[in-house]
Amino acid sequence: MGLVDWARLRSPWVLHFNTGACNGCDIEVVAALTPRYDVERFGIRLVGSPRHADILIVTGPVTKQVEKRLKRVYEQMPEPKFVMAVGNCCASSGAFRNCYNVYPGLDNVIPVDVYVMGCPPKPEAIINGVVKLLEKLKKLKGGAS
Amino acid sequence: MSNIVDVPVGPQHPALKEPLNITCYVDGEQVVGAKLRIGYNHRGIEKAGEYQTFIQNLYIAERICGICGIVHAFDLAQATEHIIGKEIPRRADYLRTIGLELNRIHSHLLWLGVAAHEIGFDTLFMYVWRDREVVMDVIEDFTGNRVTYALVTIGGVRRDLPQEKAEKMLRVMDALEETVKKYKEMCLNEKTIRMRCDGVGVLRKEDAIALCAVGPTIRASGVPFDIRADDPHAAYDEIPFKVVTYDTCDVTARILVRIDETLESINIVREAIKKMPSGPIRARLPRAVPVGEGVGRTEAPRGEVIHYVRSNGTDRPFRWKVRAPTLANLLSIPVMLTSKGDYVVYIADVPITFASIDPCLSCTDRAVKFVDVSSGKSWVWTFSQIKRMYWKDKPCWRERP
Ligand code: SF4
Repeated sequence: MGLVDWARLRSPWVLHFNTGACNGCDIEVVAALTPRYDVERFGIRLVGSPRHADILIVTGPVTKQVEKRLKRVYEQMPEPKFVMAVGNCCASSGAFRNCYNVYPGLDNVIPVDVYVMGCPPKPEAIINGVVKLLEKLKKLKGGAS
Repeated sequence: MSNIVDVPVGPQHPALKEPLNITCYVDGEQVVGAKLRIGYNHRGIEKAGEYQTFIQNLYIAERICGICGIVHAFDLAQATEHIIGKEIPRRADYLRTIGLELNRIHSHLLWLGVAAHEIGFDTLFMYVWRDREVVMDVIEDFTGNRVTYALVTIGGVRRDLPQEKAEKMLRVMDALEETVKKYKEMCLNEKTIRMRCDGVGVLRKEDAIALCAVGPTIRASGVPFDIRADDPHAAYDEIPFKVVTYDTCDVTARILVRIDETLESINIVREAIKKMPSGPIRARLPRAVPVGEGVGRTEAPRGEVIHYVRSNGTDRPFRWKVRAPTLANLLSIPVMLTSKGDYVVYIADVPITFASIDPCLSCTDRAVKFVDVSSGKSWVWTFSQIKRMYWKDKPCWRERP
């Protein structure tokens, strides 16, 4: 494992993008960063720019209005990039399945690596999702090197 | 003036938690105007609501906004009960009041943290969010979930509050009161906060009234406007509380209004637990709602929420309309962000000024206008066109019942 991979595994930086969520998942993502759950102890940090991020956390059903912006944010992230869909409505449009302005799932727009289910998922579940993603990353790297 | 620069903020921006685009017109360091563009969060909930039963709609109503979800569910239930015209058990009213007030406490603390973050005071953000978790625990204990409660149903509530839980809640409220008082002290005396917030984002009383601001935004401009006091619903008619107002009209006033309201809410919860009568928590109401119109309104943490429902005698609404407080408050943002006379807005104050109305865009985006951005042309679509374009793969796509 090279130095870069090692660093990536130890301190993944995340970018949070709300694509039309009800805010339920957003406050749980933020709650995961605050002292009770404190994901910063794993080196996970929320950053403001897509150009600094390794993981894109998407919350909410993808609305038609936000689709183009979401793609642009995704394209601005440096490789290798990973996407995490947080919440039922991000994975499958959930409670909003009857709404005309949403896509039936994030994977219709950009590729997704991890789904975290729940409406909203608890902060523990979100942390679990990140850990799963890191495991996946480790396995990929282990096979390659 | 030739050297005016447009600075776009959003839709993805570290200072905004939700997609929104603000274009600030900047002259040097000063903001001379602002334009808002919303609509990134429009999902089409009202239309979907016409294809689901009233009970199903409670759940999608709760997901209009995750921070004040119970308010929407409560309002929809209230509007539906208004059409049916039956009284609901008194105990249910009290339990709803407790739910609404716990929600207000959590929302105001959340906002205090976000506001601290916007002025770069991350220590306070972390402290407040740590203490907010205590409220979340109480809410989880009471309703079964942290964020979407599913507490309110048509005709009452779905969960009772047993004695032991009520006692635990009271104990937590006592501890919380101490903490919130500490924060009030801190906000009054901490230089960092006062320097960033005094005289920033001023919304004068006349402007607030003319622009129909609601909630803490208008109360911080000195207008005592609170639906809980003006049009009592649930159990607010039996619980005394004070409508908090401040008259410095700036961001500090909005912070203090919200902190004082949190203290009031703690008292309301205590009072409601003390006065709560025993009895059933739910009345069985018919599934098919009679023909008629109903309105539900309540004071959400951000201001007045109105739900209007029209029924044509089936179990699905014929029309459902939601007006959320942020839509009313957004109009005052361009006023707060425009330098005028000796009131100067600096570009660094834009995030906190915007955050000071506690914007919630998922509540707001209820309508769309079709505009071709490149040509500026706008048009109206018929419903069948929307169906053909957007709705063809939706399970509910069938003729209206
Ligand atoms: S999954 Fe549920 S809580 Fe999360 S954004 Fe969607 S509707 Fe809101």
